[in-house]
Amino acid sequence: MLHLIGTQSLQIISGFGDFAVFTGRSLSSVAHSRRLGHRVIRAVYEQGTVCLPVILIVGIFTGLVLGLQGYHVLSRFGSQGLLGALVSLSLVREMAPVLAALMLVGQAGSALAAELGMQRNTEQIVALETMGVSSHGYLVSPRLIASLLTFPAQTALFVVVGLWGGALSGSLLLGVDSGVYWSSVEHAVEFRDLRECFMKALIFGLLSMSICAWQGFHADRSRTATGARGVSAATTRAVVYSSIIVLIADYIITSFFV
Amino acid sequence: MSVADREFIIQVEGLRKSFDARCVLDEIDLGVPRGSLFTVLGPSGAGKSVFLKCLANILHPDAGRISFDGRQLTAADSALRTEFRKRCSFLFQSNALFDSLTALENVALPLEQTTNLGLREIRERSMEALHQLEMDDFHERYPGQLSGGMQKRLALARAIVTQPELVLFDEPTAGLDPIRRNAVFTMIAKYQRQFHFTALVVTHDVPEALVASDRVALLNHGKICFEGTPAEFSASVQPVVCGFRDSAESLSNSIDAIRQKNFTM
Repeated sequence: MLHLIGTQSLQIISGFGDFAVFTGRSLSSVAHSRRLGHRVIRAVYEQGTVCLPVILIVGIFTGLVLGLQGYHVLSRFGSQGLLGALVSLSLVREMAPVLAALMLVGQAGSALAAELGMQRNTEQIVALETMGVSSHGYLVSPRLIASLLTFPAQTALFVVVGLWGGALSGSLLLGVDSGVYWSSVEHAVEFRDLRECFMKALIFGLLSMSICAWQGFHADRSRTATGARGVSAATTRAVVYSSIIVLIADYIITSFFV
Repeated sequence: MSVADREFIIQVEGLRKSFDARCVLDEIDLGVPRGSLFTVLGPSGAGKSVFLKCLANILHPDAGRISFDGRQLTAADSALRTEFRKRCSFLFQSNALFDSLTALENVALPLEQTTNLGLREIRERSMEALHQLEMDDFHERYPGQLSGGMQKRLALARAIVTQPELVLFDEPTAGLDPIRRNAVFTMIAKYQRQFHFTALVVTHDVPEALVASDRVALLNHGKICFEGTPAEFSASVQPVVCGFRDSAESLSNSIDAIRQKNFTM
């Protein structure tokens, strides 16, 4: 039993170390990578444009639900006028960075893990190394840079769409004055809320995309699942680990840095 | 640098590699003469691909010395490793083409990433490499849209576009029928002479290798059992050479017999 606990603990610590080395190597490879711009643009397209519909749909419905729930809670205290503040602060501080990150992990992160896993399986990654090309610099660095651009942008979009969703349900359906709603939004959101929102988006983006890339890049390491099953297992791990890490990081940032 | 060092582009001494308790390469000593087409023969599982991957630094040997152009390749000497990678190309058994890139982009990739050439020159050189391998009409196709033979040629175009001095071929004829095997070996021999690179091929296809190669070696159970010219290999009376040669011939004859039977039915 003790042996098992010890082995598992060592594996987890070793995994964290390996992940840190992987991310560090991928970030430092930016300096040596040639013609990075083209690949960053492609990665921004994959993480940004392709994921846009999901962000818009989830954002609008999150706003709609927040508006409905918020209205019914606030009406008990006769404070419907604060609906804009409730929706905006919920979105800016928590919902937008977390939900946008989870959506991006589900779509762009899983695709990244699967693509890298296939490239590992078909020896494309080894081929890069034999050519003298840094596989981290060529395959991973552009994705990490793109995540630093797309996650904050998608989060901002999520906030805007969510606020409109809140306005739709609050003003259009439930009769809260539109001017009161937007005025409440304007007064509630401060600069530090926006700073928290974008800091979370940046950290979630870098962490989740690194985990997805790390899992896909080493899809061949498992001794129990190889080939297509290995890629499938790596993709599943990528999504699960990233989602958990996003929530843990959210708690840590909110507790200690905000 | 000794005469022997100048003669061999790559030389291996005492190379050992094990996986867990299984010894795959056991004290391999081999020199590949510069400008030759050198084939390492051996049955499946003999350690041929492991040997080639140790040379290409994809796998790290447990012991032994690998010298390139008379200089020892060590993990510490990153400058020499970089130089080796610039002067050496590796052709994978699976071709390892980038399926999300077109044929032209695949060939251009090593030039884009390892040289300071301008985009126009990279395109010209890549198109020239595709043209030399009669692939220029297919430069906008993706690897998945090409036949197996064309993919092999595309992989060779990518391997030679950087004008390497040494090209390592890992089982280039694996899974191909006898006619295509012959065509691939003919292609390797043709371009090896045309571009003057040294070719090191590992395969278990004896007849094709004996026709095309300048020198052959036989790797069996992790050891080099024979090294010499194809004529010496054919004439050798060493039991291990006879056994491998006869089993390969017997298999080839059986396949021919089955084919003839099918045709006459």
